[in-house]
Amino acid sequence: MRFYGDGIPGVHPEELTGRLIVMEGADGSGRSTQMEILRDSLENKGHATVNVGLRRSTLVSDELKEAKQGNVLGEITRSLFYATDFADQLENRIIPALKAGFIVLADRYIYTLMARDIVRGADRSWVRSLYGMALVPDLVVYVKVSPTQLIERNLRKNATLDYWESGMDLGLSRDSFDSFISYQRLIQKEFALMQAEYGFSTVNGNLTVRSVAREISSRVVDILGV
Amino acid sequence: MMVNHERGRYPGRLIAVEGLDGSGKSTQLYLLKRWLEMKGLKVFFTEWNSSLLIKKATSKGKKRQLLTPTTFSLIHCTDFADRYERQILPLLKAGYLVLCDRYIYTAFARDAVRGCSSSWLHNLYGFACHPDITLFFNTPLQVALGRILGGRPQLKYHEAGMDLGLSADPYESFRIFQGKIYEEYLAMKGRFRFIEIDGSAPIETQQQAVRDLIAAEIDLPRYRSRTIG
Repeated sequence: MRFYGDGIPGVHPEELTGRLIVMEGADGSGRSTQMEILRDSLENKGHATVNVGLRRSTLVSDELKEAKQGNVLGEITRSLFYATDFADQLENRIIPALKAGFIVLADRYIYTLMARDIVRGADRSWVRSLYGMALVPDLVVYVKVSPTQLIERNLRKNATLDYWESGMDLGLSRDSFDSFISYQRLIQKEFALMQAEYGFSTVNGNLTVRSVAREISSRVVDILGV
Repeated sequence: MMVNHERGRYPGRLIAVEGLDGSGKSTQLYLLKRWLEMKGLKVFFTEWNSSLLIKKATSKGKKRQLLTPTTFSLIHCTDFADRYERQILPLLKAGYLVLCDRYIYTAFARDAVRGCSSSWLHNLYGFACHPDITLFFNTPLQVALGRILGGRPQLKYHEAGMDLGLSADPYESFRIFQGKIYEEYLAMKGRFRFIEIDGSAPIETQQQAVRDLIAAEIDLPRYRSRTIG
């Protein structure tokens, strides 16, 4: 494996024998469902997996949850808080699992964090260098769903749109419906820009759960041979 | 949001002190602050690693030894960013004299010793403006060590650089760690225009030098607080 940038002091990527598969996509894209299906299928084939996601670090996840409740963090502070959470999981969960030969399934990775930061005004090269500590995954599946479809699914599930997934902090609109659409478009635009550089494998998430799963599984077989 | 390395672009002025533990910089900054306050100037003081928001996470990380060089660096940068976004920058815009006990150079020195790449570190802190004046308290290593270790204090794990595995003895580890940080400071001082203060001189002599320097560099009467009424 290799790092995007300078990597992590003391970690030798050639010792990492596992695989890293990342799933990206908005809330309501079916990302988590697809993650579970993929996990089942890999375990069924005899591969050991480890699940990681954002905001799950021992170090700062509680503080991040707290901070999410009130809009108290500045933009740079929030970026760095999330980067800390990511780094903690990278070093304490992802890297040890990769050393042990596991397949690590990451429910979101640096791309979501980067896109969120950039639409909030962060400098692209700053963000990119910040996440130079990240490992280059073997495969990044981007489950892309149109904003209107996302709204429908989110409302069906929660009957409300999440403040942050609607980008309400950006002041795009005081109406959460309009804000959600505008915000998700901005995020998708960022993903489209990153697509070329980071080589996402984009999957049409507007299709049924089964056909999306089939699509993902065939890409995992193609690229990883597992 | 990004980087501005021009000095003096805000109405306020940013003064930072840097140096080893035991270099005397905090004492000197305190005396400078008292002097400026008693002149009736708008002064704000902030120190490294003091954001309330981040403190809990930092102390948990340190206590449970959860921190690696990368997360150690990121969490301190988060702390700095919180103080920068909420206090340092707005107060500079509001025309304050902002006094910082340690600034980004502390991170450059410590984190580089811990193995972080310096280009990554410089980018990480790229959102912060450089101070108008950075006072580097250049105290000979043995003097600074003597001031800290003289009382045989209980050294904290990270403070002593124990995470670097330099020595199993905290005091020895601290000595080696501080020596390496000192080297980093010396290597940086030209590039970042540190103004050196002889930290081995008597307190009063140092303070006089600091006050003379500040008065010469900054048009102090401009920073008087105007009281309404």
